[in-house]
Amino acid sequence: MLENFSFRTIVEYLPLFGQGLVTTVWLSALSFVGALIVGIVLCAMNLQRGWLFRAPAKAYIDAVRATPLLAQLYFLYFGLPRLGFVLPELVVGILALSLNSGAYIAEIIRAGILSIPRGQVEASVASGMTYVQRMRLVVLPQAFKVTIPPLLGQAIVLVKDSALLSLISVSELTRAGQLLASDRFMPAEGFLTIAAFYLLLYYGLKGLAGLSSRWLGTAGART
Amino acid sequence: MIWQQLQSLAGSYPLALRGLGMTVVLSLISLVLGTLLGFGLGILRTGGNRLIDSLIGAWVDLIRGTPFLVQIFLIFFILPEFGIELDAFTAGIIALTNLAACFICEIVVAGIRSVPTGQVEAALASGLSRWQRMRQVVLPQAMRIVLPPLVGQYVLLIKDSSVVSAIGLTDLTRVGWLVVQRVPNGLLVFFLVGVGYFIVCYPLIMLARRLERRMGAAHGEVQL
Repeated sequence: MLENFSFRTIVEYLPLFGQGLVTTVWLSALSFVGALIVGIVLCAMNLQRGWLFRAPAKAYIDAVRATPLLAQLYFLYFGLPRLGFVLPELVVGILALSLNSGAYIAEIIRAGILSIPRGQVEASVASGMTYVQRMRLVVLPQAFKVTIPPLLGQAIVLVKDSALLSLISVSELTRAGQLLASDRFMPAEGFLTIAAFYLLLYYGLKGLAGLSSRWLGTAGART
Repeated sequence: MIWQQLQSLAGSYPLALRGLGMTVVLSLISLVLGTLLGFGLGILRTGGNRLIDSLIGAWVDLIRGTPFLVQIFLIFFILPEFGIELDAFTAGIIALTNLAACFICEIVVAGIRSVPTGQVEAALASGLSRWQRMRQVVLPQAMRIVLPPLVGQYVLLIKDSSVVSAIGLTDLTRVGWLVVQRVPNGLLVFFLVGVGYFIVCYPLIMLARRLERRMGAAHGEVQL
């Protein structure tokens, strides 16, 4: 049993956990921004008529979705130096998370845009709106509402996925737990503590997702 | 240079096959166990007992809220402190089964709740027992909602099985990691690892998409 569970050691290592938590938060945030950019570009390519842009976007999305993030991470980690890019582990990690989540976000945005009824687009065409006006005033505001909750869901997945970066020795939250586990042979203290921190992030983001869908829901009802 | 590497890679062929085998076996066992457990938990959750519902809900939230890597470490390093000795394979199976069961439970709950109450009332009025009601009326209709995300969940499970390489199981990802120490061409090695996963996962992704379209059409929804 855990009769030797040492809260004192946890407190002693608290600065390390704090640093890990902060690193996990900002590297996830940065990766999420990167993933949004990747996702928007992929989605724009995917919505084109010709196959020239569509085919590569589709192939990329399928390839990312059908392979594990860990293999993608190792692909970049062991592969980039081969191409002459020797980057710090942290940068490789952020790159991998952005490229991975971007494929999922592309599908989320696409579903949002396709959820707009055709009639809306036809009505704006009939009103003589240009393509940009149509997108800016009719399609995107409505699509935005549909995409926010699943985007926050993807953010939760991204934060959890960032734990894998500990395997290429990025010093984030999970790495902090591993250090405590190996330095002091206290896996219970290390891993239970980081699990608690991840739960904190999870409930925070989940609360935000709930709030946003309620807020967007009422906002939709008012118009 | 590249020729030597290819020769060396060809030498790793049996290892790669073993890794692929490990990935398939791990995924298959936990897929079957996780599905059974997930359906059980889902049916229990919709049974009407508040306490059971919130207990399962809390557990599902704990599992959904923590990274799978952390769950594996917890199971592998902490269960022995409770006197349960585990090898890496058993720990991997437990972790994957638990993960799958939690996600499948949510899918099943959503499916069961989608069945109109009139159906349940009609089954009650026909004098069907609780078990008959579930098996003959509710579940067959719920499956339409359950099936597409269930297949999607299997894809996630196969991909998540790569994380067990962290506790030293020689699955496909671990094989890539081992080979890349000898053949210093990460691009090629992990491209091949990716191909291995793709061959297993992609047909399932296609199946999930097809089911989604079919089930949606059966529902009379407008296809975009």
